Amino acid sequence: MLEKLLSHLTGQAKDERDNLFLGVFTHEDDTLEATKACREADFNFYDVFSPYAVHGLDRAMGLPFSKITWVTFLCGAMGTMIAFFGMSYIAAWDWPLNIGGKAPFPFPAMIPIMFELTVLIGGVCTMLGLFALCRLFPGKKARLFHPRITDDRFVIAIEIDEDFDEAKCREIFTKHNVEEMKEVDPDYEASPEGGSA
Amino acid sequence: MHDITHDVCSSIEGKPSSLWWYGFLVSALATAVLFGGEVGWLLYEGVGVWGLNKTVGWGFDITNFVFWVGIGHAGTLISAVLFLFRQKWRTSINRSAEAMTLFAVVCAGSFPLIHMGRLWIGFLWVAPYPNLRGPLWVNIRSPLLWDVFAISTYLTISAVFWYIGLIPDVATVRDRAKHWLRKLVYGTLSLGWNGSVRKWNHYETAYMIFAGLATPLVFSVHSIVSMDFATSVIPGWHTTIFPPYFVAGAVFSGFGMVLTLLLITRKTMRLENYITKDHLENMGKVIILTGSMVGLAYGTEFFIAWYSGSTYETFAFINRATGPFAWSYWIMVSCNVISPQTLWFKKLRRSPMFLFVMSIFVNIGMWFERFVIIVTSLHRDYLPSSWSYYYPTWIELGTLIGSFGLFFFLFFLFIRVLPAVAFGEVKGVMNMGKKHPFAQKDGGGDDATEPTMEEIRQIAEQSKEHSPEPEVSHA
Repeated sequence: MLEKLLSHLTGQAKDERDNLFLGVFTHEDDTLEATKACREADFNFYDVFSPYAVHGLDRAMGLPFSKITWVTFLCGAMGTMIAFFGMSYIAAWDWPLNIGGKAPFPFPAMIPIMFELTVLIGGVCTMLGLFALCRLFPGKKARLFHPRITDDRFVIAIEIDEDFDEAKCREIFTKHNVEEMKEVDPDYEASPEGGSA
Repeated sequence: MHDITHDVCSSIEGKPSSLWWYGFLVSALATAVLFGGEVGWLLYEGVGVWGLNKTVGWGFDITNFVFWVGIGHAGTLISAVLFLFRQKWRTSINRSAEAMTLFAVVCAGSFPLIHMGRLWIGFLWVAPYPNLRGPLWVNIRSPLLWDVFAISTYLTISAVFWYIGLIPDVATVRDRAKHWLRKLVYGTLSLGWNGSVRKWNHYETAYMIFAGLATPLVFSVHSIVSMDFATSVIPGWHTTIFPPYFVAGAVFSGFGMVLTLLLITRKTMRLENYITKDHLENMGKVIILTGSMVGLAYGTEFFIAWYSGSTYETFAFINRATGPFAWSYWIMVSCNVISPQTLWFKKLRRSPMFLFVMSIFVNIGMWFERFVIIVTSLHRDYLPSSWSYYYPTWIELGTLIGSFGLFFFLFFLFIRVLPAVAFGEVKGVMNMGKKHPFAQKDGGGDDATEPTMEEIRQIAEQSKEHSPEPEVSHA
């Protein structure tokens, strides 16, 4: 249950131990159509890889909307609260100063800093949340499924489990102009080709 | 699609052009000698080395501060506001514009800090922390304190937005790298990004959120900067028009600087195919719009000064246009209001050389706008006995030139080590991964070969010939 919840929250694949079936594509439209067809065939995606954000590919894979909006909302609200209560403490409680006869609890004057801290804390937490959800951190080695995945190749990686049907999958991939198909072990990794200058 | 990656990456993989070296070395020298030297002398000797006096208490320092903050605004406008409005032409210029924001805010932030004189303890005075002075807290009613929060938030969020956008592109550079050092540096910076759609899913949502956060932020920052002046009781400062007037001016000056920088970048880094004349023309249009808004604001100030019937206001504005600092006022008007109107001509909007000259005018004009607002409003006090004039010392002049050095130094460094064009976004927006980028015709599905850059350019040229307006400009 907990594992399912975690994998749901982080969007990570449930079981990384299955062998994988890879299809390498050269075009966005092919990848998108092939992804839709694979989903209709009830295959389980390990992941799909693309060099840029392809509109609709995440929905085609059946991924839910990202939960990161909640991180922003909650942390932003926390920022507003920190600013409001912090300034109330400073100006009205701990050391109320009479500055030009202005009110000791100057709510209108508090709005700018409340706004700024909302954005600051909301924004920084969104960044940290993004890194946590995507498991990104300095020093992490990128696991590439094709040497040119960050350049111009698209890869669909399907888990070879009880739902998988190789003949059907080959048919789908071929229909959508696949460049290369292969079965790989779960720890497969392509090495970057190292571009020329 | 590989061509885009190659074109952009090769500008940071190959040897830089000699133009780049000149720019880099000159700006590095200016940073070290002028900025470093003058600020060092200021900190050693004290604020007395500046030409400020009892009447004119804010001079070059705050002028430079407001100027640089304003420069930053175009970057956020291009990266966030145009993103939310789905202006697709922004993609090839947003990266460098964001970098420009960051460096401009760094320059801006340094001026209030050095203005404090004793920098090493000064920055503690603006931080609300339980201290040994009572505790004596900061005054949260003061716009100067709001500014501390606004500028630091702006710097942080701009940096975050910029870095998040860089991750996928840096990953591309990493995967092309051959040298171990490049692999290490770009590998660390790209945080293990591998193009997974599960990650793109979060990434795209987060990117949208950042754009949503940065948009109100950019308007708030310059509004708060303007309140530094508008909440005072100085004639010429005490006007309700200030927040929108400052924001329009900031966008105007920022686009001027974006143009200056992009014209340099496209030349030195050979990116003429990405930063096209269409981009330059669009920016020219924004300059006419915001320049006219600024002109309207100048006129409104005069009208309100007369219409209010306030003697002090009327005096302040007549003094601005005819008093001892009239020369600065007329430099401002001719650079900001008159010269951008030439951009109504399409031929001039598409001429890089003309735009470069124009952008320099805008930079000069907007610097003088801040100088006019700050210095001419101060030099005539309520008490004629305290009236005075302001002469900047060579230290102030040197610090101003040095801050340009710092800005260009950081920018030249950036275009050399990081991808200056957000090619990940360009690929997506140009539908490069589709079989027929730019094509609207159906029925060509069998042809799976990828068009080369040359073919794409031809298609783009053709589509331009068919429609009077280039396609990207109203995408």
